[in-house]
Amino acid sequence: MARIVAGVTTSHVPAIGAALDLGKTADPYWQPVFAGYEFSKRWIAEQQPDVVVLVYNDHASAFSLELIPTFAIGCATSFAPADEGWGPRPVPVVQGHPELAWHIAQSTILDEFDMTIVNRMDVDHGLTVPLSLMFGQPAAWPCKVIPLAVNVVQYPPPTGNRCWNLGRAIRKAVETFSEDLKVMVWGTGGMSHQLQGPRAGLINREFDTAFLDRLSSDPEGLAKIPHVDYVREAGSEGIELVMWLIMRGALARDAREVYRFYHVPASNTAVGHMILENA
Amino acid sequence: MTSYNEAFQDIPGTVVFDATQSRLGYDLNMFCMSLMKAANRAAFKADERAYLARFPMTEAQRQAVLDRDYNRMIGLGGNIYFLAKIGATDGFSFQNLAAKMTGVPEEEYRAMMIAGGRPALGNRSRSNPGR
Repeated sequence: MARIVAGVTTSHVPAIGAALDLGKTADPYWQPVFAGYEFSKRWIAEQQPDVVVLVYNDHASAFSLELIPTFAIGCATSFAPADEGWGPRPVPVVQGHPELAWHIAQSTILDEFDMTIVNRMDVDHGLTVPLSLMFGQPAAWPCKVIPLAVNVVQYPPPTGNRCWNLGRAIRKAVETFSEDLKVMVWGTGGMSHQLQGPRAGLINREFDTAFLDRLSSDPEGLAKIPHVDYVREAGSEGIELVMWLIMRGALARDAREVYRFYHVPASNTAVGHMILENA
Repeated sequence: MTSYNEAFQDIPGTVVFDATQSRLGYDLNMFCMSLMKAANRAAFKADERAYLARFPMTEAQRQAVLDRDYNRMIGLGGNIYFLAKIGATDGFSFQNLAAKMTGVPEEEYRAMMIAGGRPALGNRSRSNPGR
């Protein structure tokens, strides 16, 4: 049977992708960011997951305002890097896992989550930057990836509680898939940041630290934070943190925190990263 | 009880992209979306006004684009992830756009971020500025 072995959360700042792609990882500004992922790269090389269910948000790349799915699961065999206005990132095409993706879609829909099924989708920095941070710059990504896009651009996004419960439904889906697969669930985006208006540049280390603490120890409580508190405390784009709760819901309640990293700034954003392992 | 949408209005310097903003900005944002294609970026750069005329936007929206007035574009329904495609077409990063929106030179904005960013204290609430 398939099983979820671990969860990863990480910010997905586009400038991190640009720094990697332009060979600036050793610059004094960027070096501390990439140093924070050295442990993680070694860890994942040992873990060798077969599939990553990668929870992220599309930033007006695959989904414009024509169609705004709250939860969309990528069921295609592959997903090309999107052209976000600078040309596509020079990273490998993402290989999907259609069998498991369709199984998760079916299982979660029957569990009363109204998933949108996507058979064609380009993936933007929200998905490719986490892959780059965890795997570096390989010629091909070393595992299959199931993109799970969450709307956090158009209000209202899903509640934290809905995300937490979707995570639990994903766990149930994975555990009923007959193939023997090591699966990880990643939740990306965050942490505190605001990209718009006169309040741009907001960072809240205290909120972020408490969020990381509670992600590990009090996820049910964390899932109750209302949207307005995310925007007030963590900035307008800090709302992305609801996606981390999907990862957390997919893991066991007693999952163990094995690594944490926090750094300010990467461009406009507080970078937060955590690894949790199921027992 | 304050409604879901009203609650956000107490947060200073922030426009939440709700139903009202989305309806107001639909055509502006869809223009931005068109800049994901290299050929469209080239056409826009060659003659901005002519390119903007292809989209059923308001004149105020067109002028805000020509002026690269990002705060104004947001006020007229623009969403930052869509507007960033104008920035990308101009060769500017999110950090550069953020500096523009906060009205400071990019170096000053960058220095603020390196020093830990804009603090939450004093930036949480219009009704309670000390919070």
